[in-house]
Amino acid sequence: MLYREAGQFKTSYEADQAVFPIRQDRWVIAVVLIVALAAVPLVIEDYWTNAVMLPFLVYALAALGLNILVGYCGQISLGTGGFMAVGAFAAFKLTTMFPGMNLIAVLLLSGLVTAGVGVVFGLPSLRIKGFYLAVATLAAQFFLVWLFNKVEWFYNYNATGQITMPPREIFGFLVTGPAAKPAVKYLFALSFVIVFAVVAKNLVRGRIGRMWMSIRDMDIAAELIGVRPLHSKLSAFAVSSFYIGVAGGLLFTVWLGAAEVTEAFGIDKSFLVLFMVIIGGLGSVLGSFLGAGFLVLMPILLKNFMVGGLGISPVVAKHVEITTMGVLIILFLIVEPHGLARLWQITKEKLRLWPFPY
Amino acid sequence: MTEHSKKIGDPLLKVDNISLGFGGVQALSNISFEIREHEILAIIGPNGAGKTSMLNVINGFYHPQQGTITFRGEVRRAMRPYIAARQGIARTFQNVALFKGMSTLDNIMTGRNLRMQSNFFWQILHYGPARREEIEHRRRVEEIIDFLEIQAIRRVPVGKLPYGLQKRVELARALAMEPELLLLDEPMAGMNVEEKEDMSRFILDVNEQFGTTIALIEHDMGVVMDISDRVVVLDYGRKLADGTPDEVRGNQGVIDAYLGVPHE
Ligand SMILES: Nc1ncnc2c1ncn2[C@@H]1O[C@H](COP(=O)(O)OP(=O)(O)O)[C@@H](O)[C@H]1O
Ligand SMILES: [Mg+2]
Repeated sequence: MLYREAGQFKTSYEADQAVFPIRQDRWVIAVVLIVALAAVPLVIEDYWTNAVMLPFLVYALAALGLNILVGYCGQISLGTGGFMAVGAFAAFKLTTMFPGMNLIAVLLLSGLVTAGVGVVFGLPSLRIKGFYLAVATLAAQFFLVWLFNKVEWFYNYNATGQITMPPREIFGFLVTGPAAKPAVKYLFALSFVIVFAVVAKNLVRGRIGRMWMSIRDMDIAAELIGVRPLHSKLSAFAVSSFYIGVAGGLLFTVWLGAAEVTEAFGIDKSFLVLFMVIIGGLGSVLGSFLGAGFLVLMPILLKNFMVGGLGISPVVAKHVEITTMGVLIILFLIVEPHGLARLWQITKEKLRLWPFPY
Repeated sequence: MTEHSKKIGDPLLKVDNISLGFGGVQALSNISFEIREHEILAIIGPNGAGKTSMLNVINGFYHPQQGTITFRGEVRRAMRPYIAARQGIARTFQNVALFKGMSTLDNIMTGRNLRMQSNFFWQILHYGPARREEIEHRRRVEEIIDFLEIQAIRRVPVGKLPYGLQKRVELARALAMEPELLLLDEPMAGMNVEEKEDMSRFILDVNEQFGTTIALIEHDMGVVMDISDRVVVLDYGRKLADGTPDEVRGNQGVIDAYLGVPHE
């Protein structure tokens, strides 16, 4: 009797704690991965890579990072643009200082540098919360942009203040620079995003994720069951900034190949990523992807529809696009404050009740 | 009266001359008492008597201006709450303090966090030690879930649970820590008679089966007289009485306090 129960426990909990306990979810993920890894690279060309796929991947990674901080640990941040800049400039300095360094190593080290910076700017979170923390991280945003503008060492004293990525290869394939093939750039960024998404999922479903969420939901009770607030908040800042730093590094090295700090990493980027997290779903890995997809794709679809479909002039279309996006975001927050991830969950639950779904 | 077969032992925690004030309010004045190993101690007294403050002092959330706490022979004035947790003191709150966005299961699993060792590297992979540990602790948590009869709400975000069940989940989370000393702040407040009976039974079972020492705050005198081994009575931050339920019941000061004889 006891023996049987013990055996049953083991199998059921292991299965229960799998990343995707439901078989259909595993199928969906498998199909998405096959399409993303095998089919997309065959058809992708310059426009799709640079206008859609790379922005999506870079921002999905940044949103994932910010979601760890805001959605899981409950600490607000408006410094995302600044932290992405840290990642980009770290990648630039590392590439130019050590030309032989592997690009993967460059990006991971840039993430580490950003994690360090994130921890420093996360220190106020030990004392202040909510609105005040938002203001403190906003200060970080402005300070970092100012720093990368002001200190010429960061952009190797060149006259324009721009940083430019030299060509780099991975396994003999050119990944950066103007000559790099779209499919290679795409696959390189995609690999990063897949690995980082798996890591995020692993972190949030274990001890560390529960530690973050306990601080988010009730910090006093968390402390009374042995969670250290300092350790929790700073680790969330570190991991979050690591992700955002790598995203900034990818943005600079692989996607744009060149960047000017004010334009590429301004406060608007901080808000953009925050909107992605909120619209996608706070505290959801999937939501980070949905939010990034929505905010990257919507403007393009809107623009193509208005300029291509209705023949509206591009300038007018741009204004309409910005307004529409704003209205959409507000509508969304009213109708489904838990984000796209929740909508998806509700749809799945409805499907489960459907007569012959599987 | 219940017959406890357990053996009440030496003092596990000693409160000596504790005084705590907030500006003009003296929440506690020169309070001394002890909590003995394996007993159920009830702390009673009217609203504002300083009962919650007393628990807050014990687990390091409030720092008294005067006096000492001795836990397992170690004398201290104040400590960080998470250190108290590490030493084996668990706690529930007068106003439920659960992690609202998390499921019942995750709330209780968080109570096991302190006992989890696997490092960041294994956590990233969710493999090897991290995975084994997760399953091993899940098993302990399921035992607690069975014990408190909350199997049906495992997956429910606790924010959606009715109040009575939330109180039970909070007890589960505290039990998951396998504490030596369990502090319960009004575990039955706002419950109906049936829920109170369930909760009383759980508290007695915890005490008897796991030998956990329990200090609880409760207003329902029937419950207090039923389940506690000793009672400490507080009023206006002072200790009025300290003894077995029968002794306390006969104490004139306590009768006056509860009948509302005006203080001079
Ligand atoms: N954090 C605090 N700040 C100011 N006053 C407090 C605080 N905590 C408790 N008090 C005061 O201490 C007294 C005792 O409160 P409390 O311990 O909550 O009483 P009880 O739990 O017995 O109802 C009350 O007068 C209360 O207002
Ligand atoms: Mg109280």
